Amino acid sequence: MDTKAHADETINHITPYRIYVLVWVTLMVLTVISVGVSYFHFGIFNIVVALAVASVKASLVALYFMHLKYEDKITWVFALYPLGLLALLIGLSISDVFFRAVVSP
Amino acid sequence: MANHTIAETITIPYLEEKGLLSWLTSTDHKRISIMYLLSISTFFVLAGISALLLRFELLMPGKTIVDAHTYNVLFTFHGAVMVFLFIVPGLAASFGNFLIPLMIGARDVAFPRLNLMSYWIYLLGALIILISLSKPADTGWTFYTPYSIRTGTDVILLTFGIFVLGFSSILTGLNFIVTIHKLRAPGMTWHRLPLFIWASYATAILQVLATPVIAISLLLLIAERVFGIGFFDPAKGGDPILFQHFFWFYSHPAVYIMIIPAMGVISEVIPVFSRKPIFGYKAIAYSSLAIALISFFVWAHHMFVSGMSEVAATIFSFLTFLVAIPTAIKVFNWTATLYKGSIDLKSPMLYALSFIFLFTIGGLTGVFLGALAADVHLHDTYFVVAHMHYVMIGGTIMGFFAALHFWYPKMTGKMFNEKVAKIAWAFVFIGFNVTFFPQFILGTQGMPRRYADYPPQFHSLNELSSIGSWILGIGMFVMAINLLRGLFNGEKAPQNPFNSLSLEWQVPSPPPHENFEEIPHVTDWTYGYGKKSA
Ligand code: HEM
Ligand SMILES: [Cu+2]
Repeated sequence: MDTKAHADETINHITPYRIYVLVWVTLMVLTVISVGVSYFHFGIFNIVVALAVASVKASLVALYFMHLKYEDKITWVFALYPLGLLALLIGLSISDVFFRAVVSP
Repeated sequence: MANHTIAETITIPYLEEKGLLSWLTSTDHKRISIMYLLSISTFFVLAGISALLLRFELLMPGKTIVDAHTYNVLFTFHGAVMVFLFIVPGLAASFGNFLIPLMIGARDVAFPRLNLMSYWIYLLGALIILISLSKPADTGWTFYTPYSIRTGTDVILLTFGIFVLGFSSILTGLNFIVTIHKLRAPGMTWHRLPLFIWASYATAILQVLATPVIAISLLLLIAERVFGIGFFDPAKGGDPILFQHFFWFYSHPAVYIMIIPAMGVISEVIPVFSRKPIFGYKAIAYSSLAIALISFFVWAHHMFVSGMSEVAATIFSFLTFLVAIPTAIKVFNWTATLYKGSIDLKSPMLYALSFIFLFTIGGLTGVFLGALAADVHLHDTYFVVAHMHYVMIGGTIMGFFAALHFWYPKMTGKMFNEKVAKIAWAFVFIGFNVTFFPQFILGTQGMPRRYADYPPQFHSLNELSSIGSWILGIGMFVMAINLLRGLFNGEKAPQNPFNSLSLEWQVPSPPPHENFEEIPHVTDWTYGYGKKSA
């Protein structure tokens, strides 16, 4: 599948500390943002903003702290597939929840 | 092992070392496989006995041996144990563990210690489930809300046990994925892999990706029971059907976790006993992956009459038909492999042919149930009970028995009595059909499932079904005795009694600790039957 040289390269990649610190600082800033935002009221957008910030943070952790950025294609496939499944779970459940017959009590 | 040199250890048969501790601490995939095999078989017997009791209660209308509550407890125990302790770990953990390294030409799985840990986690989960029996749950294996929130029985421990078992399943799947990616012998390309490996790979993907969802659903259920959080309670803004969505998002793919390894077994047994190359290798291989993908799209076909929206019901009914396609691809290819083969009806083959016949009935009735208009009538009747048993006994368990008889000489180094094995098969086959075929008819006549009693007009077919369960029970009993006797009295097995080309048959029976003295170089696929000497 993967050639020897390529495998070594993925295993041996060393991320400089500078990047780790940078990512950490970004995560902290994002945390401050999500706390700060909770003092404002955007209606339905509250949840959109909260989830967007959280997603960015999760991606940073996966990409840098979990080394996804330096992995080969097959690892990416395994990492992204569950996201597709999550979308599927939510998406197809919506076809139920948003389309139920209205029952008058 | 300490007093052997490394070179010796490599050649000692894996069964040699005695003592319980040496088993419970062994990281040899073959020993772990045997431990799984014994454990799941024990639970199979326990859950089987509870099934015989259920059928005895249904022998006659009115109360026969147990009251209604005990009946509910019995079918919950039967379903939960059969599903989570027998059939889901099932073929993957037992035969998968034994065969994957041998078939791909490796000395063990990628993470042997993780493998042992998976087994311990399995034991822990099993223990928790057994403890829950002090106040046994009565919800059915599906734990639907709101009843599972309200019942006074111990739902929490039972579901927690299943939660723990999930980790065993996930870690086993992970181990197999890495093993198949990384440890194939030189020359063992993807398209030379035995089809059992493709099946195990597809199963492993499902185990890793679907199991977390049942873990979460059960955790939410426990949280709702313990802390009164209203995930599923409409009075608190929850949604009772949400539980069913979560539950089936796992449990439909889980039915494929149960069946795909059995399909892999059939793909191995059929060519050996028809002396022909497997027909449509790539179609069978990729249809396993297709199933692993499509099976995530159909879960709500279990919920057509739950109060789910009609839009969703229509979409899911349509999607359900898709899943029949890869399944049918396999059946057609196996049948084509048989065509003009030199068929040898040894016991593994008899079980494999039973699989094709019975699983086809089970799969086709699944299509009836997937059709929205038909399912509105058939849902929660005995038709569903018959369907699931045709796929799970007629499919998975026939595959399991085929595997038991086929790899028995390799695993134990002994032969069993073939004549007795055939007699046992006849009892199993006849008993199974007598038990479950009448249930299709009862279902279409409207007999609901999960009741301890029924009106008199259903008597004769129920009686027939109960008698069938005895025939089936006798068949399995004879089979078990025959296999156990072989361990002690059986002749010594040759290295390759069925003349198979697959790698596991090219090492001694039973295989040595490290499987291969030298890692083999693979130059061809494993299905070159009917040519040269094979
Ligand atoms: C062609 C493939 C299949 C189709 C289209 C299919 C379809 C269905 C449908 C629509 C139901 C729901 C019926 C109802 O509750 O009203 C059902 C139930 C069930 N099926 Fe299948 N099925 C298929 C294969 C399988 C396989 C391979 C297995 C397991 C090895 C399986 C196991 C079950 C079980 C256990 C239930 C009942 C669950 C319960 O309510 O307790 N099915 N099937
Ligand atoms: Cu299903």
